[in-house]
Amino acid sequence: MKGIITVLGKDKVGIIAKVCSYLAERNVNILDISQTIVQDYFNMMMIVDISKAEKSIEILVEELQHIGEEIGVEIKLQHEDIFNIMHRI
Amino acid sequence: MISLVEVQETNKMIREMNLDVRTITMGISLMDCAHTDLKVFNQNIYDKITKSAEKLVKTGEDLEKQFGVPIVNKRISVTPISIAAGSLNTDSYVPVAEALDRAAKEVGVNFIGGFSALVQKGCTTGDRKLIESIPEALAVTERVCSSVNVGSSRSGINMDAVKLMGDIIRQTAERTADRDSIGCAKLVVFCNAVEDNPFMAGAFHGVGERECVINVGVSGPGVVKRALEEVKGRDFETLCETIKRTAFKVTRVGQLVAQEASKRLGVPFGIIDLSLAPTPLIGDSIAEIFQVMGLEEAGAPGTTAALAILNDNVKKGGVMASSYVGGLSGAFIPVSEDHGMIQAVQRGALTLEKLEAMTCVCSVGLDMIAIPGDTSKETISGIIADEAAIGMVNNKTTAVRLIPVIGKGVGEMVEFGGLLGYAPVMPVNSFNCAGFIDRGGRIPAPIHSFKN
Repeated sequence: MKGIITVLGKDKVGIIAKVCSYLAERNVNILDISQTIVQDYFNMMMIVDISKAEKSIEILVEELQHIGEEIGVEIKLQHEDIFNIMHRI
Repeated sequence: MISLVEVQETNKMIREMNLDVRTITMGISLMDCAHTDLKVFNQNIYDKITKSAEKLVKTGEDLEKQFGVPIVNKRISVTPISIAAGSLNTDSYVPVAEALDRAAKEVGVNFIGGFSALVQKGCTTGDRKLIESIPEALAVTERVCSSVNVGSSRSGINMDAVKLMGDIIRQTAERTADRDSIGCAKLVVFCNAVEDNPFMAGAFHGVGERECVINVGVSGPGVVKRALEEVKGRDFETLCETIKRTAFKVTRVGQLVAQEASKRLGVPFGIIDLSLAPTPLIGDSIAEIFQVMGLEEAGAPGTTAALAILNDNVKKGGVMASSYVGGLSGAFIPVSEDHGMIQAVQRGALTLEKLEAMTCVCSVGLDMIAIPGDTSKETISGIIADEAAIGMVNNKTTAVRLIPVIGKGVGEMVEFGGLLGYAPVMPVNSFNCAGFIDRGGRIPAPIHSFKN
């Protein structure tokens, strides 16, 4: 099962580090990362494999959201299906 | 591979344009609950509903998290009570409504629909008892919704029922006069009612349906509006194409949620209702779509054409996205639930007569319209008859959800709260129609009812 993580917010040091170390702790594998910074705004998308994750997707969603609140960015994890189904026939 | 642009587009639709799955509605058959004893019947329906829908709300919440898309309502529709309770030995169906209310509260859904009767051709004893119980049932319960089908293209219009419903709506208004007559917001009168509509207040689980089913309603007026802003000033072909594409994407989200919900609950998937249902939020309005299309206000000349375009292209886009499209599918035009429509009424752009004309091409009918508290029951019946005739002749569903607000007059504001919104009381043509309504009997079906 794949998930898409998006991170949006003002750029600062350590955003990726924080997200990546959390994912490593929960046994979530990162498959792809793309990132842009537009006028100080950090915009990242990660494709991750959550099939071996230690926790359910619902818990991961909540915990990532909390990490986002701590460091002042918005972090979202969504099941990849919502994007596949919307944009592919 | 999924691209960053696509991910951003989807999330922008959810975050900024109010894309949501409006409702997951579980349809439950109550046929096997039939009993002659009121207590046993109530226990049977309570047990069946609470058992079938035990995990409905939790599943909805889980899916909301998993896909990151809001699922606003989780609801239940049941077999029309007048049918399920046909053999019941009782004078009043109010205790049944109370049992439904308790079951809804137990499983945590915000509405339960199906305190209904289908009387397009005539009333059974049970139908009549149910209809007469409506005013009290809606006054003493919180979550129960009621609907009555008074006509169809095949059987014509039951004018006895139309006459009765004018009175029932007035009584319902009076019974909830202390709360701006909110009871009427939970009561719909239909012509050509559909059996799988997941939207309240008119949802019920039709007799042709299976034991238990999941129907999903999606909505995204904000998404359509935003998409149309991108093609402002372009020709109608571009306009239609844009609505179609957007409707497709919106419906796909509903399809995904519906399939997943059906899998997790172990209940078959019924239909997707691909409607544009507004909310009182700014940016989630059908009237705003008309404005982007080039009209100053909803109600301006051209509005009916604009609505026809919108409705048709929502359907065209949606049918490609899901094989099982049903329900009411199209644009809803409630007044109190759409801030743009409210504004149009306040500015004098939108009248009841224009709304009636618009219902010829919308998905439902006269919806959530506050009218003066002193409107007579005959006038209400007259409005119902007009609306039912539009549905009957045009082979479409039409509905009336009028709220005669007791103690209030034209121009005063009414507040219903939450998704039901707020509305100014609209003027009604009050010339007498009693002589017409009092005839009673049935209006025969139009000639095309012989199509087979």
